[in-house]
Amino acid sequence: MRHVLSAVVQNVPGVLAHISGMLASRGYNIDSLAVGETENPDLSRMTFVVVGDDNVLEQVRKQLEKVVTIVKVIDVSSQEHVERDLMLIKVRAPLGRRSEIRELADIFRGRIVDVADEEVIVEISGQERKVESFIDLMRPFGIVELVRTGRIAMVRGKRGGQEPATKSK
Amino acid sequence: MATTTPKRAAAALQSGADILVECLVRHGVEVVFAYPGGASMPLHQSLTAYKDQIRTILPRHEQGGGFAAQGYARTTGRPGVCMATSGPGATNLVTCIADAKLDSIPLIAITGQVKTAVIGTDAFQETPIVEVCRGITKHHYLVTDVNDLARVMREAFHIATTGRPGPVLIDVPKDIQLAQIIADYDAPMNLPGYHVEDRKARPEQIAQVAAAIKRSKRPVIYAGGGVVMGDASGELRELAKKTKIPVTMTLMGLGAFPGDHPQSLDMLGMHGSVYANYAVDQADLLLAFGVRFDDRVTGKVSEFAKHGKIVHIDVDPSELNKNKEAHIPIVSDIKYALSELNKIVEAPEDLGPWLAQVAEWKKDNPFRLGECTGETITSQYAIDKLWQLTKDRDTIVTVGVGQHQMWGAQHYRLKEPRTWCSSSGLGTMGFGLPAAMGAKVAHPESLVIDIDGDGSFQMNIQELGTCFCEKIPVKVLLLNNQHLGMVVQWEDRFHAGNRAHTYLGPIDNPEAIGQGCADKPAARFPDFVGIAKGYGAGARYVSKKSELEDALREMIECPGPYVLDVEVPYQEHVLPMIPAGMTVKDLIKE
Repeated sequence: MRHVLSAVVQNVPGVLAHISGMLASRGYNIDSLAVGETENPDLSRMTFVVVGDDNVLEQVRKQLEKVVTIVKVIDVSSQEHVERDLMLIKVRAPLGRRSEIRELADIFRGRIVDVADEEVIVEISGQERKVESFIDLMRPFGIVELVRTGRIAMVRGKRGGQEPATKSK
Repeated sequence: MATTTPKRAAAALQSGADILVECLVRHGVEVVFAYPGGASMPLHQSLTAYKDQIRTILPRHEQGGGFAAQGYARTTGRPGVCMATSGPGATNLVTCIADAKLDSIPLIAITGQVKTAVIGTDAFQETPIVEVCRGITKHHYLVTDVNDLARVMREAFHIATTGRPGPVLIDVPKDIQLAQIIADYDAPMNLPGYHVEDRKARPEQIAQVAAAIKRSKRPVIYAGGGVVMGDASGELRELAKKTKIPVTMTLMGLGAFPGDHPQSLDMLGMHGSVYANYAVDQADLLLAFGVRFDDRVTGKVSEFAKHGKIVHIDVDPSELNKNKEAHIPIVSDIKYALSELNKIVEAPEDLGPWLAQVAEWKKDNPFRLGECTGETITSQYAIDKLWQLTKDRDTIVTVGVGQHQMWGAQHYRLKEPRTWCSSSGLGTMGFGLPAAMGAKVAHPESLVIDIDGDGSFQMNIQELGTCFCEKIPVKVLLLNNQHLGMVVQWEDRFHAGNRAHTYLGPIDNPEAIGQGCADKPAARFPDFVGIAKGYGAGARYVSKKSELEDALREMIECPGPYVLDVEVPYQEHVLPMIPAGMTVKDLIKE
């Protein structure tokens, strides 16, 4: 099973090394890890995608909470949440095929952010599945280079009345 | 600060080194084990300035200093402090830090570091010791601003000693030690992610445990190092008295309950007693207090205590359901949980048949003294004799790692917590002598005895020099079988007795390939009596049972450090034994 954990950590040197070292030394399988500052410069947020059963998740969570510089850990995937990947993909695009790529990028609500003689760079963000579908569609053109951020995720805000989130599924 | 006159400010200026040492004083530190070097010289200069408040002991190896600090911490519950220079000094502390992590010992390790300007340039004696130690400390600091130092020290002591204790490393570059500032000793801690104070069992959890006890027919208490570290030995004894439930202890838990008490089942696990392992196997309720279901305790974990309910109380949430799922898992300070439980607990209704069964197992399967016919002294016999001679006095026992350690655990029936120092989780050979040193410094009135093996002893034998020069009169009962006995035992059991680098004498001796003919190697190596005397310690060699008691008395009465070299056979195996990963059904008695 796949879980998304979000950890607020103190923004001090070595935290990333500490956490990634702990996860590696205990043999946990981390699919993705994204780190960035929060609105408070003293704190950073790390988002992990962990694969494993409930026992693994419980241990990962407790071991993370034990790290002194980790302020709190939440299991985002246990609640209604939004998650996103960001990808930059450089695709071979000779003159005649650019419009095809542009059309596909539009359908995926992506943007072409760089155009060169033989290649274009497309920026795509969204859920993992969407990003992966776009990669598959680009394969026939020839993928020159690809870079993705780790997963980031956020719990949805609380709303009165019925849950709108159920509609989107 | 605008109102502070320059004169007052100048009077209060202190170097980073002075601030660090002053922090030690303010935290009640009375002794540090410190080995100087280029990057830690300012700290040592400051230590001389504070010599009336803090005793500085110079070990003969940083590892000796680290384990001495552990011996201090294990026998007092207060943090032990060790100090080393950068590079090799720091890396020599690594084993002590890892050891303290696995046994949850409050250890403050301070290392000098190269100047901040050259960190990362592979400077002379530079190692990234914080990087090296990340995974083996509870927390760690590289101080890069002298203004942080007082706060860091405060945080370090808080983290090392609260919740589940553990080692904290503070790496201090030399320029930080030399920088002059006005320190703010009241700077608040900045630990937004560290909350251990609220770890208390809820009343309904306590009631659940009390109900489980009341209903149980075959309960057993399984007490570990957490009970000792958590100062909950008194509460444990009260619970045992109220409920009559038998108590078994882990290697770290020894002393939590009196070993000579009728309810004691002694140690459980791989080399634990038959009766403890049978009782845990048959229990319908296992009360696991301050333990971590270590593989040396459980063997095959799925088969361990599978007939009963498990109550697991520990202060570290990550221990619950880590190795073994508990039916009633409780995160709590153990002293609090047991004292609350004692307020409402009632004894199970009819423990009679169970206690009779346990008593029968205990009667039928005592720990044995081995083949000690005639004048042969076995390790077990020697330890038993030592126990007879010292049981009524205030005694602290430390051990190395190996057969002698297990025999010490089996035969030296400890009465009180914090009278036993064993490197249990990491299993570090060479632990015994330096740990004894630290224990003796903390308890000058106690008799402190290192029960050691010849392999372990030689890993930190240089600390005899510290014992003599610093006037720390520890005793070493050296059970000398000329072999690495525990590995020999496994060779005998699992490798058809093929000797693979387990003989400690010269390689041209037939013993080196397992072809010695006598039951003891003819030539003995090295000359421990000579070595001990060279270091200024008293020493004697015994090989005959008839001389043992007199020699032990001489050792105990000797005013200075003493090494008693006892010749023991290497053919003895530590029994009983449950081979690694096996179950109580595979228990070897003979």
